[in-house]
Amino acid sequence: MSNNIEHTKEQKNKGFDYKEMITKLGPLLALIVLIIFVSILSPSFLSLTNLMNLMRQVSINALIAFGMTFVIITGGIDLSVGSVLALSSALMGGMIVSGIDPIIAMIIALIIGFVLGVVNGLLITKGRLAPFIATLATMTIFRGATLVYTDGQPITGLGETFIFQFMGRGYFFGIPFPIVITLVAFAILFMLLHKMSFGRKVLSIGGNEKASFISGVKINKIKLFVYGISGTLSALAGIILTSRLNSAQPTAGTSYEMDAIASVVLGGTSMSGGKGRIFGTLIGALIIGTLNNGLNLLGVSTFYQQIVKGIVIIIAVLLDRRK
Amino acid sequence: MEVTMKGIKKSFGENQVLRGVDFNIIAGEIHALMGENGAGKSTLMNILTGLLQADEGSIWVDNQEVKYDNPNDAEGNGISFIHQEMNVWPDMTVLENLFMGKEITNKFGFLDNKKMTQQANEVFAELNVQLDLNEEVGRLSVGQQQMIEIAKSLLSKSEVIIMDEPSAALTEREIRTLFSIIDKLTTRGVAIIYISHRMEEVFEMSNRITVLRDGVSVGTLQTKETNNDEIVRMMVGRDLEDYYPSKTNEIGEIAFEVQNLSKDKVFKDISFQVRSGEIVGFSGLMGAGRTEIMRSIFGMDNLDSGKLILEGEEIAIHNPSSAIAHGIGFLTENRKDEGLILDESIRENISLPSIDGFNKGMVIDEKAEREFAELLANRLAVRAMHVEDEVSSLSGGNQQKVVLAKWVGMGSKVLILDEPTRGVDVGAKREIYQLMNELAERGVAIIMISSDLPEILGVSDRIIVIHEGKVAGELTKQEATEEKIMMYATGGK
Repeated sequence: MSNNIEHTKEQKNKGFDYKEMITKLGPLLALIVLIIFVSILSPSFLSLTNLMNLMRQVSINALIAFGMTFVIITGGIDLSVGSVLALSSALMGGMIVSGIDPIIAMIIALIIGFVLGVVNGLLITKGRLAPFIATLATMTIFRGATLVYTDGQPITGLGETFIFQFMGRGYFFGIPFPIVITLVAFAILFMLLHKMSFGRKVLSIGGNEKASFISGVKINKIKLFVYGISGTLSALAGIILTSRLNSAQPTAGTSYEMDAIASVVLGGTSMSGGKGRIFGTLIGALIIGTLNNGLNLLGVSTFYQQIVKGIVIIIAVLLDRRK
Repeated sequence: MEVTMKGIKKSFGENQVLRGVDFNIIAGEIHALMGENGAGKSTLMNILTGLLQADEGSIWVDNQEVKYDNPNDAEGNGISFIHQEMNVWPDMTVLENLFMGKEITNKFGFLDNKKMTQQANEVFAELNVQLDLNEEVGRLSVGQQQMIEIAKSLLSKSEVIIMDEPSAALTEREIRTLFSIIDKLTTRGVAIIYISHRMEEVFEMSNRITVLRDGVSVGTLQTKETNNDEIVRMMVGRDLEDYYPSKTNEIGEIAFEVQNLSKDKVFKDISFQVRSGEIVGFSGLMGAGRTEIMRSIFGMDNLDSGKLILEGEEIAIHNPSSAIAHGIGFLTENRKDEGLILDESIRENISLPSIDGFNKGMVIDEKAEREFAELLANRLAVRAMHVEDEVSSLSGGNQQKVVLAKWVGMGSKVLILDEPTRGVDVGAKREIYQLMNELAERGVAIIMISSDLPEILGVSDRIIVIHEGKVAGELTKQEATEEKIMMYATGGK
């Protein structure tokens, strides 16, 4: 009887990895096909300027989608990301205008993002609200608070402080700084999700919450932190956006949750929780970005763009299910 | 109706599950189908009901060859399958469930509730079942839900009903009701194929027994002409003289003690001790409160009052994670819902409670984790190709070993096992008993809840009987008998 696990390891490895590889590389292949397609139709797509521009656009969605990945893996959803982005940016803008050091204002903005995320987490864990309901409510509450605070007007006059300007518009060895931020965030979150015990617990909660609880996983604590991460990353995306626009817009981030969720799904993370990869989400965000950028270059109207994006999501999920 | 399956063969990939099985059932009989998990029982039944197609072989109904393309087809021809995990719609009413997919409509296409109610009442009256047709099914007990399944198969005029482990989740009283209904069905000429691991039931109920082993039918016997030992031998292919391995280790100091645990309306004034190296069996009827007591000890539910004392010191437990920190492990009765993360690997399941111990700096030492999981999986003889296999691909017995491995790996000093061998085949059962003995030898204090009386008697050093949330009696291994346990369990003195 082949009950000795180590002995049969070799033969099993081959078949296993092959299937695993297809699952992992599926989104990447889709991205490559898309890039080839777009660059044939519009040669200017592959120009360095355009690629840099594309990645800069992608970075904001990617950051939010990274946080969304953690949330969706636990079996939840965070609809409030766009509103968290707007509220934390507005408060940061207000602080900068009132003379607080921009660096401190940015740090406080990140803390605000974390706290708003934890509020979502508390509603979901202690308040036992369904994540969809809880974050649907806070989405409008945070948006409302932003409008109240800004009186519906953009906050401008954010000054010329180097570090603040650098966040959205700077270059680091020729690479737009938002891209650098996104890659650093990716590296940290990759470690957190796939290499650290925190990530293992996040995955286990999504896989089976009851069994995880009985195995000693502190469900509430982990969930608070997961929603906190989502809030923090939304605030970080907000800082980049505010810096790029040089103003905090009260309507900033509206419907950003859509692209974020789409990126997560395109990246192969299961909406029912328990399975997901942060690398997939990065690819998913690049697919969304390439679509937006490519369709723009091709002169497709933004009205049609929305239709195409929706169709791509459906196709991607259908292909994913086939495996 | 007589059904005969001849020379059925079926392979999944290279794995040949059935290698020429013959099986026959005649009207009005109860035919028990037995065999270890993986022997091919489910596959055979799935072929009979059209969910799977045989590679070779034929199915004959009343001397005519048939071929069913899907379960609906089989059901239309009078063969229905009541699965172990029932197919009910918990948010819909009894009536809606009974006619799910077979709703009766009037000539305008609207639901004809009157006619459906009338038919449902007829069937319920025949089965002598009293259920409110407008009740949501989710509010009913498992036993009642099963009655709905049986009623459903009668509504579709089934003449052969396959029941897969129908008694597994039922209380003693519900089992009695089920048996009397089965009796009624057979007098009407319905044939029952009864799949069960429970010997006592099979001997009480069945007319004939067919045993499958490794995809072959080992034999079909008249129940009256055989006995327990012969069937077990046929199932495992060897003698199981010492079915319960003997336990000889020394019993040490008191490891864990609870004093006056109470929880309003659930249990009251529970006190007991477990010594290191000791296996204490908890017996009692279903619903007596055994599981609830253990859940509260483990911090899954709150206690109203009471003390927990571990190795002489009082401890406080607020949630499972603090119980685990004190070295207490809990194998729950429902491994799929509460014990395992089914689509994660064996490795991830085994290491979950101890995952923080694998941190090297900030990251998990994956090599150490894999070695740990491999070591435990091997020690517990988990039959799998690789620790990266998903636990959902394992058989029930092997899944249970994975749950055990997780608590053994955590270094539990006190291990609570709630129905550790439920839904586990004979061979794996014995391995689990042996493992319990090994753990006891190394000084682990074991609390085992079991509803299987022979198991409680065969495994425990001491037996505590719970009746209606109170300790009704305590028996040593020497003085315990089935009669004494049942007397305490039913509230007798």
